[in-house]
Amino acid sequence: MKKTRSFFMVPYLAWILLFVITPLILILYQSFTNSAGQFTFQNYVTYGTSWVYLKMSLNSFWYALLITVVTLLISYPTAYFLSKTKRQQLWLLLIILPTWINLLLKTYAFIGLLSQTGSVNQFLTFIGIGPQQLLFSNSSFLLVASYIEIPFMILPIYNAIVQLDPALVNASRDLGATNFQTFSKVIFPLTLSGVKAGIQAVFIPSLSLFMITRLIGGNRVITLGTAIEEHFMTTMNWGMGSTIGVILIVMMFIIMLLTNDRKKKHREVIVDEKETL
Amino acid sequence: MKKLLSMLLGILGLCGILFFASHQLSESQGSVTTKNTLNLFNWGDYLDPALIKKFERETGYHVQYETFDSNEAMYTKIKQGGTSYDLAVPSDYMIEKMRKANLLLPIDKNKLTHFNNLDPMFLHKSFDKNNRYSIPYFWGTLGIIYNDQKVKASEMQHWDDLWNPKWKDSIMLVDSARDIMGLALISQGHSVNTTNTSEMVAAQSKLNKLSGNVKAVVADEIKLYMIQNEAPIAVTWSGEASEMLAGNSHLHYVVPSEGGNLWFDNMVIPKTAKNKKAAYAFINFMLRPENAAQNAEYVGYATPNKAAKKLLPASVRNDKQFYPPESTIKKLEVYADLGAKKVEEYNDLFLKFKMYR
Repeated sequence: MKKTRSFFMVPYLAWILLFVITPLILILYQSFTNSAGQFTFQNYVTYGTSWVYLKMSLNSFWYALLITVVTLLISYPTAYFLSKTKRQQLWLLLIILPTWINLLLKTYAFIGLLSQTGSVNQFLTFIGIGPQQLLFSNSSFLLVASYIEIPFMILPIYNAIVQLDPALVNASRDLGATNFQTFSKVIFPLTLSGVKAGIQAVFIPSLSLFMITRLIGGNRVITLGTAIEEHFMTTMNWGMGSTIGVILIVMMFIIMLLTNDRKKKHREVIVDEKETL
Repeated sequence: MKKLLSMLLGILGLCGILFFASHQLSESQGSVTTKNTLNLFNWGDYLDPALIKKFERETGYHVQYETFDSNEAMYTKIKQGGTSYDLAVPSDYMIEKMRKANLLLPIDKNKLTHFNNLDPMFLHKSFDKNNRYSIPYFWGTLGIIYNDQKVKASEMQHWDDLWNPKWKDSIMLVDSARDIMGLALISQGHSVNTTNTSEMVAAQSKLNKLSGNVKAVVADEIKLYMIQNEAPIAVTWSGEASEMLAGNSHLHYVVPSEGGNLWFDNMVIPKTAKNKKAAYAFINFMLRPENAAQNAEYVGYATPNKAAKKLLPASVRNDKQFYPPESTIKKLEVYADLGAKKVEEYNDLFLKFKMYR
């Protein structure tokens, strides 16, 4: 039995080796080379000593944090009320539906909405306070980025809330907890795993957003993704681009560690049970 | 489980049918061999499709038109040599870079039938002194585009006019380090090809002062934005500008008389070429006045072919916006390949400007 199982593992292992491990090693290797292909620490020294890159990293981190907070604030109540509605499947479908549309198309749609002659400004003019400059501002960047990330936050939280045993909530009420206490002591702690998964799913991609920074932010918002694109496409300094890539990966690892589920062991038990079935 | 399986099979079947259909479609277009195919590597929408048909009919070659969206992307693809492109259309500084990297084949002028149609003003440029490797395809300038509803013509004639405090938050710039750094250098009386670090740093600190006037630093979207009146002023290339002018009659294009950039997109035969005969046939085809004129009218860029220019309508031919007077052209500089180190320095300074608030 064990032999066949390890045999079936081969494609997965090969996949991971080829498309996950090898690229990571290549990026790490590239980050230690200069444009002539020689081994050097120069890229890391440049990164560490230039305020441009430090500021950019802080920018990326700050915007990713803002996007995560905004999506979380919107998503948690949404997911909570979603789990209480009838036709949950329909609502869920409507939330997932926008993710089927290409990211670039959605961004272009926002250009149409937010531009000087766009629908939003037409409405603002109609009520007498327009037209306003909406595009190319931090807030429009935040709006579009959050809009795009929201489904990825709602889904894990929704799943966690649905899995919550209603008996626990009832018990909490029976024992005299107020609504707020029930929420803060029972519901929220028990759905924390969903929140953490959501944060991972939103924060990590947000760190390296780059198309939206240009299309909606008009390059007035500069993140590490912009720098990577520039180093690979314009200056062709792949070493420096890879260095920034490595730093992004390290940032992501830190986020993963911080948001990792402490009850991992419990989960593994469940997984093992499933496998033996 | 059964449902899942049948669904899976359904999807697989559909994929199979689609694959078969696309295979059949490409088969029906005639068998493609290296002998009768011209692999053309060009910018998107840079050749009138009617001319491709005409060329195919005349010569019997089948044209495989592939596009790139940046010189750097093209360079990488040709260097890696995955596809054997027979003809490519890179810009000036990239031709110099490709030449230095030994990626180009010299062009035998004896095989060219209409070389004399080209305007000498656009030949023997610094990036390819004797046109040994490249034949001009289109040329153009860098300039300012403005909307006459918000900006008077007299207010926007020179690069320095961009710094006018009146234009707070109203300028869009193309996201290109050499061009934007270049305009600052010109406005300070320096060359766009300077490698003098102190001149470059001075240009960047001058750009920082422009920061308050800059609304956005964008790429191709600039066309869409200017047509929709999102901003009254933009800095962009003449080719892009001609498309914007076609979309919004309030827009005008100016090439500042103090100088700027003169750019070329030239035809070259890369080292990867398998069908040189077809490449020469195509170059000759495009050098013919009627074809060059038809293409210039379709794409909207300026043709370096003086016989073709004569065939263009007078309104196009005499348009000072796209065919600036010779006195201005003489002041324009072609970008030189400054080497990886300097290019990076330009880009780093430009990045600093973009981050400056």
